[in-house]
Amino acid sequence: MSFINYASREINCKIVYYGPGLCGKTTNLQFIYNKTAEESKGKMISLATETERTLFFDFLPLALGEIRGFKTRFHLYTVPGQVFYDASRKLILKGVDGVVFVADSQVERFDANIESLENLKDNLEEQGFDLEKIPFVIQYNKRDLPNVSSVEELSNLLNPRKVPELEGCATTGEGVFETLKSVAKLVLNDLKKGGT
Amino acid sequence: MLGPQSSLVMYDEEYQRILLLLERLLRESNSKVIFLVDKNGQLIAATGETANLDTTSLASLTAGNIAATGGLAKLIGEKEFSILFHEGEKDNIHISIIGGRVILVVIFDHRSSLGLVRLRVKKASNELAIVFEDLVNRTEQESISSSAPSPFAEITDDDIDNLFN
Repeated sequence: MSFINYASREINCKIVYYGPGLCGKTTNLQFIYNKTAEESKGKMISLATETERTLFFDFLPLALGEIRGFKTRFHLYTVPGQVFYDASRKLILKGVDGVVFVADSQVERFDANIESLENLKDNLEEQGFDLEKIPFVIQYNKRDLPNVSSVEELSNLLNPRKVPELEGCATTGEGVFETLKSVAKLVLNDLKKGGT
Repeated sequence: MLGPQSSLVMYDEEYQRILLLLERLLRESNSKVIFLVDKNGQLIAATGETANLDTTSLASLTAGNIAATGGLAKLIGEKEFSILFHEGEKDNIHISIIGGRVILVVIFDHRSSLGLVRLRVKKASNELAIVFEDLVNRTEQESISSSAPSPFAEITDDDIDNLFN
């Protein structure tokens, strides 16, 4: 949950990027890291295997600026997408303020998206969160590939609640900052309501 | 004790009390760096030779470490492992959990010893736990009394948009 520090006048929030294996969670963070000014970002940490698959998490601290005299910091995390790393995924959801679900738009990953979303729901519940209530956005990634499902089709299946949904191509950066902005907005609005 | 779902709020007064305790622990344990981290990976306070340290990353990795060992503990039927110790060639890290939610990290070298650090950490932990108890009580009271409205109640969409410009 968010950490409000009156002593240093800072708000810290935690955002987790979730989704099936190879959907582009780490690529989202890498793009944000590459395009953010030096003074606004910390070091990006990737705990990955030798083949560059996420083993535990990626971590990117971002300082976005001030709101009402409080420095706002967002800590972005990714989870390992591969099915067998479920124990690690649960740990990363601890204390989450907002979730981005990165869906892989490719037709052959249709089922993997559904499975991952169900997994997210279960793991959030285990941590005492409700996916229906938590700040949540969906990014349909890899829109540049030829064999993709239509956004309508993906939306009908993955987004019955009609949370903010965005099209993306994380390798070129399309939709990446829009996604971050969209989830950050929801998290800060939640804070405003005193929901966290 | 702080529940896992409650938002952590830090006030100036408690922050100063925490800092004093950490500075004393730093002296008494002869250590290099001490920091406190929330279990979710947020850095709460740090003292000592922090100038060349990436404390944000340290905080996040420490919390990940505690979370992973906590997961291991559950698998073998333990509640948690309350102390972790990493021994390096020059520097060592002593990690312990305070009051169920906060993590105390002590980095020390040959000028100190594991025994001394453990002894001093034990004493400081009890005192830090009291400060965090007070902090929880204060947070609860402040949220009940409407005399101190949240500074975020006034946030507008424009404020949020400005962050990204």
